[in-house]
Amino acid sequence: MIKTAPSEYRVTAPRNLGAVFGRVRTSGPFLWILPAGLCVLFIFGYSVFDLVQQSFKYQGDWVGFENFSLVLTDPLFRTAIFHNFLLLFTVPILAVMSFTCAVLLFETRKGMKFYRSAVFLPYILPIPVIGVVFGQLLQLNGALNSALRAMGFESLALDWLGDPKQALWTMSGIIIWKEVGFGTILILARLISIPLETMEAARIDGAGFFRLHLQVTLPQLRAVILFYIINESIVMVSWVFNYVYVMTNGQGGPGNATVVSELYIYRSAFQNNAPELAATAALLLLLATLVFIIGFFRIQRNMSKGVFDD
Amino acid sequence: MTKTHTPIERAGITSRQLILILITAMALVPGYLMVTGSLKTQEEFLNSPWSLPMNPNFQGYAAAWNDQFPTWFKNTLFVTLSAVLLTISLAATAAWGFANWKWKGRDTFLGILISLMVVPPVVLLIPLFTLGAKLGWISTFRMLILVYVGLMLPFSIYLLTNFFRAIPVSLIEAAKIDGASDLRTFRSVVLPLSGPPLITLTIVNLLWVWNELLLALVFLQSDEKKSLMVGITGFQSRYSLSIPTIMAGMTIATLPLVIIYIFGQRHFIAGLTAGSTKGE
Repeated sequence: MIKTAPSEYRVTAPRNLGAVFGRVRTSGPFLWILPAGLCVLFIFGYSVFDLVQQSFKYQGDWVGFENFSLVLTDPLFRTAIFHNFLLLFTVPILAVMSFTCAVLLFETRKGMKFYRSAVFLPYILPIPVIGVVFGQLLQLNGALNSALRAMGFESLALDWLGDPKQALWTMSGIIIWKEVGFGTILILARLISIPLETMEAARIDGAGFFRLHLQVTLPQLRAVILFYIINESIVMVSWVFNYVYVMTNGQGGPGNATVVSELYIYRSAFQNNAPELAATAALLLLLATLVFIIGFFRIQRNMSKGVFDD
Repeated sequence: MTKTHTPIERAGITSRQLILILITAMALVPGYLMVTGSLKTQEEFLNSPWSLPMNPNFQGYAAAWNDQFPTWFKNTLFVTLSAVLLTISLAATAAWGFANWKWKGRDTFLGILISLMVVPPVVLLIPLFTLGAKLGWISTFRMLILVYVGLMLPFSIYLLTNFFRAIPVSLIEAAKIDGASDLRTFRSVVLPLSGPPLITLTIVNLLWVWNELLLALVFLQSDEKKSLMVGITGFQSRYSLSIPTIMAGMTIATLPLVIIYIFGQRHFIAGLTAGSTKGE
C-alpha cells in the first residue's frame, strides 16, 4: 500500500514521514533485511527468552528463584566462576605481550612477513588439535619434560596437567600461546597506519627505542588495545570451553581444578540431567558478559562513528 | 633507516631479532612436534620426541584415515560449506538494506546487532537444544547449520555494511538514474565491487565453523554425523597407545586450514582487524 501512495500524499504529509515513506516506496530496506533478521531474532531472541523461562521453572512448574539459589550455593559453580576470574589475569599479560610482539615486528625489516605468519599461526589452529598436541607435549614424561631434564632443569619438570596445583595455570599458558597472535596482528595493523612523521620527529629528538614506543606509539594504540582487552576478557569469561573439554576429557580435572562456568553448564545439562540449573547458570553468565558487551558496544560505536555520520 | 648504527643501537637490533626468533620458535614448536611425531613409530617418539623422523613412517596416517576420518571430514565439509554460503548470501542482502537506505533506528539496530557478536554460544545452547529435541532435529545437519548461520550473521552483516557504505554514492546514483532497480543495482554494481570483503568473510567464517566444537558436540551426537573436531576429540583416548596415529589424525584435521591460511592470509588478517579499526 505504501508503494502506491499517490504523490500528493507526500506533499501533504508531515516532512519526516514523507522522507520515510519516500524511501520505502522504492521497495524499501525491510525485505532485504528480513531473512537475516528473522534468523538472528530466532537464534538470539528466542534463545534468551526461553533461557529466562527455563531458569524459573522446574519440570514445567514455576519455582521462582529456587534455581538461582541452588546454582549460587553450589560449590562447584562458585569454583567454576572463580576459575574464570583467575583466567582474567591472563588478559593484561596478553596485552603486554601482543604490544611487544607488534612493536618488534614493526621494527623488523628483514623477514617480517615470515615472523608475522609464524606468530599468527597458533590463532588459526583448531583448539581441539592444540589441546591434543599440548596434552601429549606436557605429559609427565612428555617432550617438554624430557627436554627440561636433558638441559638439567630436573626440578622444573612438573606434572603440568596432572597436578591440580598448576593445571589451571598450564591451561592459561596454552590460551596465551594461542591468543597472542590475534592481539599482535590487531595492534600491528593499527601501528602500520600511524603516520610515520610523529615517530620520525621523536627519533630526531633523540628518543630511544623504549621511550619512543612507550611514550609516542603506545598512546596512539589505546583504542585498539582496549578493544583487544575487552575482547579477550569476554574470551576468558565465556569462550574457554574447548580448551578445558579437550584437555580433560570433558571433566575439568584433575579433580575440579579446571572446571569453568561453560563446563559447569555443559555438565549440568548433558551429564547430570539438570537442564534448569544449566539454564540458570547460562543466564547468570550472560548477565556477567553483558558488562563486557556494553563496553564492547560503546567502543564499536565510537569507532564506527566516522562511517555512519551522514 | 639505512644510516649507520652505533654499537649500542646494533646490540639493540640484534637482541630484538633474537627475541623474535625465540617467539617464532615457541609458536611453531607444537606444530613441529605434531608433524614429526606423525611420521615416527611409537618407540621413536617416546625415546626422542624432538628429533627429525629419520625413516618416515606413514602407518599413523593409514591408521587414522582407516578410522572414521573420511566420514567426519565429509560431514564437516558439508556443514561448513552450507553454513558459510548461506551466511554470506543472507548477510550481503541485509547489509545492502542497512547501507542503501537511511531509516529511523537503523544505527541502534546495527549497534544491537554488533553487540550480539560477543554473546557466548554456551548461552544459546540449552534453549536451542531443547527446541531441537522437540522438533526431532538433534543429529541433523540442518539444525547445526541454522545455529551457525545465526551466530555468524552479526559479524558478517557488520563487515559488509561497512564496506557497502564506502562505495561511492555517485556509482549507485548513476545506476538509479539509468533506471536500474534496487535488485539490479545490487547485482550489477555493488556485488562486483565487493570481491575482497566477500573473500575475507568467507575465509574468516570458514575457519570458525571448521574449528567449532561445543555446538557440534551437542547437536551432532550420532556416530555417522559427527564433525571432524568432535571426532578428533574422542580420537585421542581411543588411540592413547599410538601417539603417531593421534598426531597423524591432528595433522590431517589441520591441513585444510593451513592451506587456506597460506593462500588467504591477507584476507584473513583484513577480516580480523575490520572489527576493531574500521572508521578510525
